Amino acid sequence: MENIFLIMFTAILTENFIFSRFYGCCPFLGVSDKPSTALGMGMAVTFVMTVSSAATWAVYHLVLVPAKMEYLKTIAFILVIATLVQFIEMFLRKFIPVLYSSLGIYLPLITTNCAVLGSALVNIEKGYSFPESVVFGFSAALGFTLAIVIFAGVRARLQFADPPKAFKGFPILLISAGLAAMAFSGFSGMKF
Amino acid sequence: MFEKIILPVIVFIALGIATGTLLAVATKVFAVKKNEKAERINECLPGANCGGCGFSGCAALAEAISAGEAKVTQCTVGGAEVAAKIAEIMGVEAASAVRMRAQVMCSGTHELAKKKYVYEGVADCVAAAKIGGGNKLCPNGCVGLGTCVAACPFDAITVEDGVAVVDYTKCKGCGVCANVCPKGIIKLIPFDSKHWVGCMSDNVGKITRQVCDVGCIACKICEKNCPTGAITVDNCMAHIDYSKCTGCDICVDKCPRHIIWSGEVQGKLGLVIKRVGNTDK
Repeated sequence: MENIFLIMFTAILTENFIFSRFYGCCPFLGVSDKPSTALGMGMAVTFVMTVSSAATWAVYHLVLVPAKMEYLKTIAFILVIATLVQFIEMFLRKFIPVLYSSLGIYLPLITTNCAVLGSALVNIEKGYSFPESVVFGFSAALGFTLAIVIFAGVRARLQFADPPKAFKGFPILLISAGLAAMAFSGFSGMKF
Repeated sequence: MFEKIILPVIVFIALGIATGTLLAVATKVFAVKKNEKAERINECLPGANCGGCGFSGCAALAEAISAGEAKVTQCTVGGAEVAAKIAEIMGVEAASAVRMRAQVMCSGTHELAKKKYVYEGVADCVAAAKIGGGNKLCPNGCVGLGTCVAACPFDAITVEDGVAVVDYTKCKGCGVCANVCPKGIIKLIPFDSKHWVGCMSDNVGKITRQVCDVGCIACKICEKNCPTGAITVDNCMAHIDYSKCTGCDICVDKCPRHIIWSGEVQGKLGLVIKRVGNTDK
């Protein structure tokens, strides 16, 4: 139980996917212009990452390890995740249309998201068991959601800011993202 | 040889076939009947996703119309033409949708409207309006910081001399600006209406005179002179009933404050506004 909490804390704060591992920077900068869209993206990522952590763990330990093909895990995971997202999308459209329409465009967008693939690879790298993998995938996605929603708030302020001409637009975004990452680096000092 | 090359190939082919079959089966099993009506309606809509109809986008409106939750004339941007096409798909008569345009009901430019204070905050009307109701003394004056400019999906609004101005060649009458204006001084009026009262001050004449050089003082001269009875002065400001207005220009000439504006229709470009009045304040 203690182990589970440790994994959650690490994944959400000290090793936040965006601010310390730099996974998923594309949606982080692309869909963070409004807190509501950021939250939608976060929800979709949480959903997919939890399910894909479970699926990729199964594929790795039930197919790749017995066949001694561990070195091909990246390509196998891409295949599995892409299929999974497509499958989930069809499943939701049929049986849970409310959830489907609230996740909307974000679900297909994250098919090839590096954060989703990253969580699968980190699970293997750290040698997590099945429940640990699922918890890690879920909490890493929560960390992603936290980061993207915080940053959407920062961007709402940036709209009214008056930076020097050279920093207008994307540069000032990257600088603010860097400052947010520095704030999160404060968590890395916490050891258990 | 077998373990390093052939086995991985076999495993991946098997994995590919398995996932492929899963998806193929899923497409059949989870097939959802597409709403054909909604798709056809969506094709008729302008596709600007401006949100003027109150839905999140054109697809959402199409869905709502096909379900009977929205009127066929709901899209103000497409106007009568689009409404007729949608009505045909839905098999109902379209009550003709009047094309509207946005009109900023304020004429208090920097030199005409007196200021309350010097505003130096963020360039946003909503923020400025929270500090004593904006920097103009008139409580109904255009704040002029361009919240409507940023909101307009068609780039039709600019701020000139502290008052927002709508370019009628670009305005589609979606009403997004009217919703975001913290002062509520942007109104939708029929596209071809010739006259409008460029003021929404509900103060009595004496106070309006003190804060603005062009505000409506509710003198009722327009009301008395209008031959069709289209103008009424109510709540200390003049209102025009566009169904009665004939565009005779009498009110424009009579108004002592030159606050009734006149526009004229020019060619196919739509309405081009000639700024008359306000020249001899």
